[in-house]
Amino acid sequence: MSQPFRTEKGGRIDRAEQLTFTFDGEEMQGHKGDTLASALLANGVHLVGRSFKYHRPRGILTAGSEEPNALVGVYRNGDQTPNLRATQVELYQGLEAISQNRFPSLGFDIGAVNDLLSPLFPAGFYYKTFMWPHAFWDKVYEPIIRSAAGLGKPPKNPDHDVYGNIYAHCDVLVVGSGPTGLAAALAAGETGAKVMLVDEQAEFGGSLLSEVSASIDGKDPADFVTETVAKLAAMDNVTLLPRTTAFGYFAHNFISLAERVTEHLSNPDPKLPRERLWQVRAKEVVIAAGAIERPMVFPENDRPGILLADAGRTYLNRYGVKVGHKVLVATACDSAWQAAFDLADHGVDVVAIVDLRETPPESLMSIAEARGIRVEAGCVVTGTLGRKRVKGALIGRLMTSGQVASGGQIACDALLMSGGWTPTVSLYSQSRGKVVWDSEKGAYVPGVSVQKERSAGGAKGLYGLQATLEDGYAAGEEAAKAATGKSAKVTYASATGGEAGSGGILGALPHDRNAARVKAFVDYQNDVTAKDVKLAVREGMHSIEHIKRYTTTGMATDQGRLSNMNALEIASGALQKPMTDVGLTTFRQPYTPTTFGLFAGVSRGDFFDPVRKTPSHDWVVENGGVFEDVGQWKRTWYFPKNGEDMHAAVARECKTVRESVGLFDASTLGKIEVVGPDAAEFLERMYTNPWKKLAPGRCRYGLLLNDAGFITDDGVIGRLAEDRFHVTTTTGGAPSVFATMEDYLQTEWPDLNVWITSTTEQFAVAAVQGPKAREVIAPFIEGVDLSADAFPHMSVKQATFCGVPCRLFRISFTGELGFEINVPRRHGKMMWETLAKEIEKHNGTVYGTESMHVLRAEKGYIIVGQDTDGTVTPQDAGMTWAISKNKFDFVGKRGLARPDLVADGRKQFVGLLTKDPKVKLEEGAQITTAEQPATGTPAEGHVTSSYYSPALDRTIALAIVKNGHALEGKTLYVPMPTGSIPVEVTSTVFYDKEGARINV
Amino acid sequence: MLLIYCPYCQVERSEMEFACRGEAHVVRPADPSKATDEEWVEFLYMRDNTKGVAAERWRHIHGCGRFFNAVRDTVSDKFLKIYKTGEPKPDLEALAKEAGK
Repeated sequence: MSQPFRTEKGGRIDRAEQLTFTFDGEEMQGHKGDTLASALLANGVHLVGRSFKYHRPRGILTAGSEEPNALVGVYRNGDQTPNLRATQVELYQGLEAISQNRFPSLGFDIGAVNDLLSPLFPAGFYYKTFMWPHAFWDKVYEPIIRSAAGLGKPPKNPDHDVYGNIYAHCDVLVVGSGPTGLAAALAAGETGAKVMLVDEQAEFGGSLLSEVSASIDGKDPADFVTETVAKLAAMDNVTLLPRTTAFGYFAHNFISLAERVTEHLSNPDPKLPRERLWQVRAKEVVIAAGAIERPMVFPENDRPGILLADAGRTYLNRYGVKVGHKVLVATACDSAWQAAFDLADHGVDVVAIVDLRETPPESLMSIAEARGIRVEAGCVVTGTLGRKRVKGALIGRLMTSGQVASGGQIACDALLMSGGWTPTVSLYSQSRGKVVWDSEKGAYVPGVSVQKERSAGGAKGLYGLQATLEDGYAAGEEAAKAATGKSAKVTYASATGGEAGSGGILGALPHDRNAARVKAFVDYQNDVTAKDVKLAVREGMHSIEHIKRYTTTGMATDQGRLSNMNALEIASGALQKPMTDVGLTTFRQPYTPTTFGLFAGVSRGDFFDPVRKTPSHDWVVENGGVFEDVGQWKRTWYFPKNGEDMHAAVARECKTVRESVGLFDASTLGKIEVVGPDAAEFLERMYTNPWKKLAPGRCRYGLLLNDAGFITDDGVIGRLAEDRFHVTTTTGGAPSVFATMEDYLQTEWPDLNVWITSTTEQFAVAAVQGPKAREVIAPFIEGVDLSADAFPHMSVKQATFCGVPCRLFRISFTGELGFEINVPRRHGKMMWETLAKEIEKHNGTVYGTESMHVLRAEKGYIIVGQDTDGTVTPQDAGMTWAISKNKFDFVGKRGLARPDLVADGRKQFVGLLTKDPKVKLEEGAQITTAEQPATGTPAEGHVTSSYYSPALDRTIALAIVKNGHALEGKTLYVPMPTGSIPVEVTSTVFYDKEGARINV
Repeated sequence: MLLIYCPYCQVERSEMEFACRGEAHVVRPADPSKATDEEWVEFLYMRDNTKGVAAERWRHIHGCGRFFNAVRDTVSDKFLKIYKTGEPKPDLEALAKEAGK
């Protein structure tokens, strides 16, 4: 029969709808409403994975997101998503899942030899063992460890799914939809407050969905859930988000949610995102995350078939699945007894309840007796039998001496355990709240709220159906009142049954076994045993933070929600310190593993970063230009013709510019409009150069320093009118120069009457450079006499280009006659195409950034950020001429007078010529005085720019060198792996030293 | 992500619209030429890097573009006071006391 462990009736699954799925290729059946875990259990499959380190067979332990063992890979469209918790994977028709961390198969795993060799793998094993020889770490140890360790394999293909992103605001965010969360959402919703209710599970209701022995207002808890959710759904002010994990609580009540939109569907609508990231700013938060059950730490507590008691109860009541036919219940608290009773009511043979307590409550004892269940009080499980499935348990009786006496064996095919409950304080802890120890509850509970949140119900250690409902209503009312000031009268539902139990145990249980040989697991996912925690303490780890990292306990995907409290108690025992003195590690975001896709959202590929294109872009694409990325800009690098390589193309472009004319797209240069009565005064204070006497219609090169005295930017500034300047900056410096100007203007000199506006995007700029530049632009320009006398070098004028208003600059970054035409951006394409056609008549060329670099290097013009590195002063760069001597102040003036900036021995900007004109230096190469410097000799400087110069038919380089200005004519060396390259220090101007070409 | 009140726009907006520009009330000497080397270095580089209540400069860079000052507890990330550029530095100790630090 299929699904041999399915109950005959009950549960919330749709028995009419049968679904087929595969696990490791084996076909099985389940029902709509199942999780992969419940469907596997219905088919009798407990063994679902191998443990991380020892490769021990592992089964499903929990029914929630804290599941440490049942991590599976799920295939969809040929891609595999690894490490999904089977307890959270909803079953759909055709689901394909695989187990992980096993080879060659789940049933026979070679890695399991680690379990036999486990005495060799204690805590800190890696740190101790793979220390020698040192060189082996990279080559041998790490690759082997990496291939042997790990869980799922990452997918190999790019993620083809789409991920969404939403920002939302609400008055009250309720996290968790158990009794507390539902009550809170309802109470808050009734006030009219904007409420969001989120739950990581597919269905709202939390623990109510597996509660069958209590009633609320005389109804089944599940019906209460249905009715309450219907009420909430009918409220316009309430947003319901199932399958949504509140995974991060950040500053100022900013909460991140991960909504799984399509993962549970067999054939999702391709238009829908797989997951959606909600970033919510909530005025108030109610944390109703509940509590989770703690495993008991007894030897071999990790065999498949051993589950938490409440998980067993959930599988039974919610999913209609019996975890076994002969079930043993081991507990230290009341709640697990209810699991035993529910199982017995479904005809499961509950072989015994083993309770650590000498005298469990009489009320429970009598119910057990009525059902004929054997009770072993004052007993513990001291070991289990079986390998791929639990076959039986060893029982030990606790003696008054503290010793354990053997109490025989009990056969079983499943074991449910409960060490008590741990409030889920993760979100509270993420909100930076400090948990406090509640000795009565035996748990850490939320302390004072740091942000606008309140924990309610199980999340603060409050148990029992009636109490959690009441606390939920109160929390919802309070939160709504705090957020909106409004309140409403809410009728509280009242519960019968589902009382809070008592009991619970922390730490390792006593046993009569050989302590050196048995393994009692504390952290299942990371294979950390009680022994490992004790060993860590013995080896000197006295802080819980050290113990955690040394043993890796609590570092699994549940962040220690299952393991922390037990580990803490064991550590406290070993340290002989009270638990509260040992400390607690902090829960951090994310609450559960979260996909990278969710964080990336749409910021992938072309949307990762904005792409900025100039008006010539399409023309360049059509004409085969090659682009380079300059920040976000796509700039044309060079224009190869007839199969040229870059070197040939650049050589031709440079030569053509010097011989006839070239056209270059300079649109990316930063542009800032500085306007106002105090505009000249403002620039006077910002830049090193004088501006007040610059006549309208003239330009000047401007050098910008920071207050430390170092060069930060440069560019030509044109004065259009008394009160209006057109400032240009470097392409990369545009935003920071603008921000710096705003800063000084707003905070240092608010008295200045100046407005500044970034106009980078407003203008398209074409640079026409070369002896024939004037002839090229003349046919299109009106309103300017272009003759050398009327419009000399460093002039600016408002004119028209083909009838379009333009700002015409006569400036040069090549050393040739040059013009830069600024037109409104929308006319940029027209201007570019017009000029590109025109230069052909003059045998001109279009050129890109590489030629621009070569041409400027031939003239020794610096590029800020390439030839300077933030430690270069104008004096270092040989630009003392740019500093006005007569100004009272400018940014950097005082800095330049600092002792270190005027001291001898600074690195200065020089030219370098290799002795062999064919040898091109590498940019960044170090420069030394000795041909073969001894190891450890500090460099004298480094090469900042290096090119082949077509004009000189040889290589040239620029560099910063210690005391470089005094070294002209001297020989230095650039040591390279292939040998030391001798270079001669020269002037930085290699071509047209007298600058005649620029003034024609 | 912090929620920040812009004193010019008079609205609360997400941190994404703002840029923090470091310690506030670092005064650039009116006549830098009179500043000693030590004073200039103090102005250029020396910052308190306070753990606790500190006055900072913020700019509503993707909003009105204005600079303003804010007193923030750098441990709890709570803003204790937000005020316009040019207004005097508040008594940080008093603010801290008021906030219960």
